[in-house]
Amino acid sequence: MPSVCFYFQVHQPLRLRHYTVFDKNDQYFDDYKNAFICRKVANKCYLPTNRLLLDIIRRFEGRFKVAYSITGVLLEQFQRFSPEVMSTFDALAETGCVEFLAETYYHSLSFLYSRDEFIEQINKHVEAIDRFFGQKPKIFRNTELIYNNDLAALIESMGRFDAIMTEGADHILGYRSPNFIYRPKGCSKLKLLLKNYSLSDDIAFRFSNRDWPQWPLTADKFARWISDVNGNGNVVNLFMDYETFGEHQWADTGIFDFMRHLPDEILKHPDNNFKTPSEVVQCYEPADTVDVPHIISWADTERDISAWLGNAMQSNAIHELYRLEKRIKKTKDDNIIADWRRLQVSDHFYYMCTKYFADGDVHKYFNPYDSPYDSYINFMNILDNLHSRCFKHACSA
Amino acid sequence: MKIFMLGWEFPPFISGGLGTACYGLTKALDQLGISVTFVLPKIVDSEYATHVKLLTPGSQVSAASFKFGELKNVKFHAIDSPLQPYSTPDVYQQRIEENLRRKQQIRGGFVSSASQLFGGMHYSGDMYAEVCRYAAVAAGLARDEQFDIVHAHDWMTYPAGIAVAQMSGKPLIVHIHSTEFDRSGEHVHQMIYDIEREGMEHADKVIAVSHYTRSIIISRYGISGDKVEVVHNGVDLNDHWPLAETGINKDEKIVLFLGRITMQKGPEYFLRAAKKVLEVMDNVKFVMVGSGDLMYRAVEMAAELGIGHKVLFTGFLHGEDVRRIYRSADLYVMPSVSEPFGIAPLEALDNDVPVIISKQSGVSEVLRHALKVDFWDVDEIANKTVAVLKYPPLEMTLRSHGNFEVRKLRWKDSAAKCVKIYEQTMVAV
Repeated sequence: MPSVCFYFQVHQPLRLRHYTVFDKNDQYFDDYKNAFICRKVANKCYLPTNRLLLDIIRRFEGRFKVAYSITGVLLEQFQRFSPEVMSTFDALAETGCVEFLAETYYHSLSFLYSRDEFIEQINKHVEAIDRFFGQKPKIFRNTELIYNNDLAALIESMGRFDAIMTEGADHILGYRSPNFIYRPKGCSKLKLLLKNYSLSDDIAFRFSNRDWPQWPLTADKFARWISDVNGNGNVVNLFMDYETFGEHQWADTGIFDFMRHLPDEILKHPDNNFKTPSEVVQCYEPADTVDVPHIISWADTERDISAWLGNAMQSNAIHELYRLEKRIKKTKDDNIIADWRRLQVSDHFYYMCTKYFADGDVHKYFNPYDSPYDSYINFMNILDNLHSRCFKHACSA
Repeated sequence: MKIFMLGWEFPPFISGGLGTACYGLTKALDQLGISVTFVLPKIVDSEYATHVKLLTPGSQVSAASFKFGELKNVKFHAIDSPLQPYSTPDVYQQRIEENLRRKQQIRGGFVSSASQLFGGMHYSGDMYAEVCRYAAVAAGLARDEQFDIVHAHDWMTYPAGIAVAQMSGKPLIVHIHSTEFDRSGEHVHQMIYDIEREGMEHADKVIAVSHYTRSIIISRYGISGDKVEVVHNGVDLNDHWPLAETGINKDEKIVLFLGRITMQKGPEYFLRAAKKVLEVMDNVKFVMVGSGDLMYRAVEMAAELGIGHKVLFTGFLHGEDVRRIYRSADLYVMPSVSEPFGIAPLEALDNDVPVIISKQSGVSEVLRHALKVDFWDVDEIANKTVAVLKYPPLEMTLRSHGNFEVRKLRWKDSAAKCVKIYEQTMVAV
């Protein structure tokens, strides 16, 4: 009886332009590069995948369902650079088989640094989703699935969400399976959906890896693995980046054909079905309480936040950024506040990671900088300018 | 396996990276149990080589053998000669004249100038003659030696390498630490280019110190890529105790340039960047360590830019002084126009100094925890310099990761690669 719950993360950062200590203007973002990448990924991934899923949804007449979390910064970019993507998401929203999730509008790490800012950004995102797609999100996912007990308590106290998502990390589950619904420790109503990282990563990371013993991954093989969960769980949560389709896994790996045939194969087994996160939450009761005192995420093998805050440059940059909060908000200047928030996009800190710098791997993907050092220098120069704008604003006021 | 090695310089007779590289390589070969006979032209009088007197050269053309205590398998032959690496024929001529003048004083002889001695020959003719003389002496030495491979470092020893290889029938390996294009840009000295090219053509294998240099060898010298192997240099790690206080006032940040002050090393870009940095920061001093044909030009330029009071010239420094200057520095900048490898940034990192290096360098192939710039991009050099001085976490991260990374660059590995190349050539012959 396992339900398959697909959720896709849809996000593109706002890349900064090359900004030296000698620059004095307030143009921080590289519009050309952002537009170029937005259109490129739209053509390789967002448009073909949206059309494919739209086809599948129509073909199965309500039996195939998915969920998306689209960041606010990407919604803004779609509107500016690639409006046709917006219309395909709109068409998906109208099928009634697609659920939109809530997150921080700026894909930020604000939960770790400012609870006020964190809640403001969630509200801003919820409003945007309502405005564009006519849905009020009931499920929350934090940036990079960063999670702990405190986050669950905070989200429950907001009163607008039924469930929260995070990584089904081994060290929080122990012997337990991610294929059940859980309750966060300290919560009475909120439910917890856990990513089945093994099956998710089979698609997201291993699909085209020829050294993987299971290569090539076919739809019927994957559906067999799903059916194997029968009797051992209620739901298989397949959470992944949307860019898996056509961007991380190129079209010539066969990823689109795999996805086209997967629903047929999964639904061949009469006990299987597809559910949106909200449906999953309504159908199943928590099997147990999960205690996560320390912060986890879905990143790397460590499943922690060291990819964003692992070295001195990263923690310095983010501390300096949030230290400005009061001064920024005091200006009440929309441009200054928006720029400050756009600097909170977690990718800026990810680019500064030195952890796997030597090996050159997934961290290199989409990274516009030659080195983590370059990215830190650029970010700090911009932050310096933003700081001086605040100061000027305060003086002139 | 026995190697007959031909070099230019060796510590303590050292004026640049070549001597350091030869020392590191032979030391590591020694530890691998490879026996090396090292022939080098011993400089009669050098402003740099303060320990030269220890070797008491005999007659004008002599071969003095000596051994370094720490190197068991390495034997040295020094040929008395005024040849020096990084020299141009002009400088060479001056040195000969100086030496002659001194000898005249000592012996009360009556040769008045070098031009008289050489019958007014063209300068480059003189230098060429010297290279040939070195070759002849080296070939003479080789007659009494048993060895399997001839390994020659940089152009001056190539004629010697070719002569020894032909005489003994042993394979020749030429090791390129720099090319004429690195030293002189597009204004190459034809004679030196010809010697370099002939050496590479005669060699069974060419060792380049970087992929950067390898591509120059292939594109500029027309050598087949199959023959050219890359062996990156290593670094001798600093195992000394920390130095005592330097006495330098640390209210000011210190940005260091350390290298020959020649066109190749880009002193001009260093100064132009310094000017830009001083536009936004005040408490910085720029220290230029080294000497070279652009030294006076650099002093002039600093004055012209109006930053003379912020730029210090120390001249050439040795051992402890170099370490002391590293200890006081906050940043090392190497804006080389064309740098085959560049050992100095590794030494800087080993001394806990973060580095900015030119992308036009071999060392940028092996260093990740360094800031990299195009040598001509003065704005970017200044931008990164300011960043390092202004943001302590950047300096900290570069320093700790860089110091760790440098520990992976061992001469042992470079030597092991050389041994593999030796073995290949011995099989091929």
